Amino acid sequence: MEDKQRNEAYNKYVSAKIPKTKAWPSLFNSFWVGGLICVLGQGINDLLLLAFPNLSMQTAWALTLITLIFLASFLTGLGVYDQIGKFAGGGSIVPITGFSNSITSPSIEFKSEGIIYGICVKMFTIAGPVIVFGVASSMVVGFIYWIISLF
Amino acid sequence: MQIFLDYLWVFLVGGFVCMLGEILIITTNITSARILVTFVLIGVFLEAIDVFDYISDFAKAGINVPIIGFGASLAKGAIGAVKTHGFLGIFTGGLTATAGGIAAAIGFAFLFGLIFKSHTKK
Repeated sequence: MEDKQRNEAYNKYVSAKIPKTKAWPSLFNSFWVGGLICVLGQGINDLLLLAFPNLSMQTAWALTLITLIFLASFLTGLGVYDQIGKFAGGGSIVPITGFSNSITSPSIEFKSEGIIYGICVKMFTIAGPVIVFGVASSMVVGFIYWIISLF
Repeated sequence: MQIFLDYLWVFLVGGFVCMLGEILIITTNITSARILVTFVLIGVFLEAIDVFDYISDFAKAGINVPIIGFGASLAKGAIGAVKTHGFLGIFTGGLTATAGGIAAAIGFAFLFGLIFKSHTKK
């Protein structure tokens, strides 16, 4: 009985010490930072189409995403993106910039373990599952469409 | 005026999608790898049921910049390649459509991994 009481007291103590994300401010921050990153993407896309009117929509989008990926990767290198991440949470993870950050960040972090086993291996700790699930599910979708196209 | 409305939609939809991610973080303490995987799968699903393009028409970058857009282009690539190349398209479509983004992410990460030093976390 005494043990049980002590455990309860300890659990209470632990849950009081665990840092909690304050829900409302973090929701608000993720909203406007995420929205702003998307607006930046739209801006780049519109500027590209303005500067090169011959670009197809698809090419323009690909170039836009590559620009965003470059910016996020560079800002990660400078240590700026992780600061944004602390502030914006999901707002910095969900856009494609978060994908870029998730590859560059471990690449820099584990540089000390060597180029092969540090940079090249560790850069896929988060991006690996994303690419695996993405490619595998796209194959499932492709397979279903192939079956449908047979009839 | 139209351009202002366009950008407002981009901001609202993009912000909303990112806020969904944040809600997932708060309620389930999910890791960022799982969030990215979840949203990629959402994108693949939205494209597979042919809904993505309708959202993309008004939300533009608001849905294309979040990683949902990455999932959608994987699925779109696979579907398109199956239409033009048949069976082979199942294997080539997804990666072909997203090759630019994946190569950029890997290439820049490698380059900046070589250049920059780790910032010690405080």
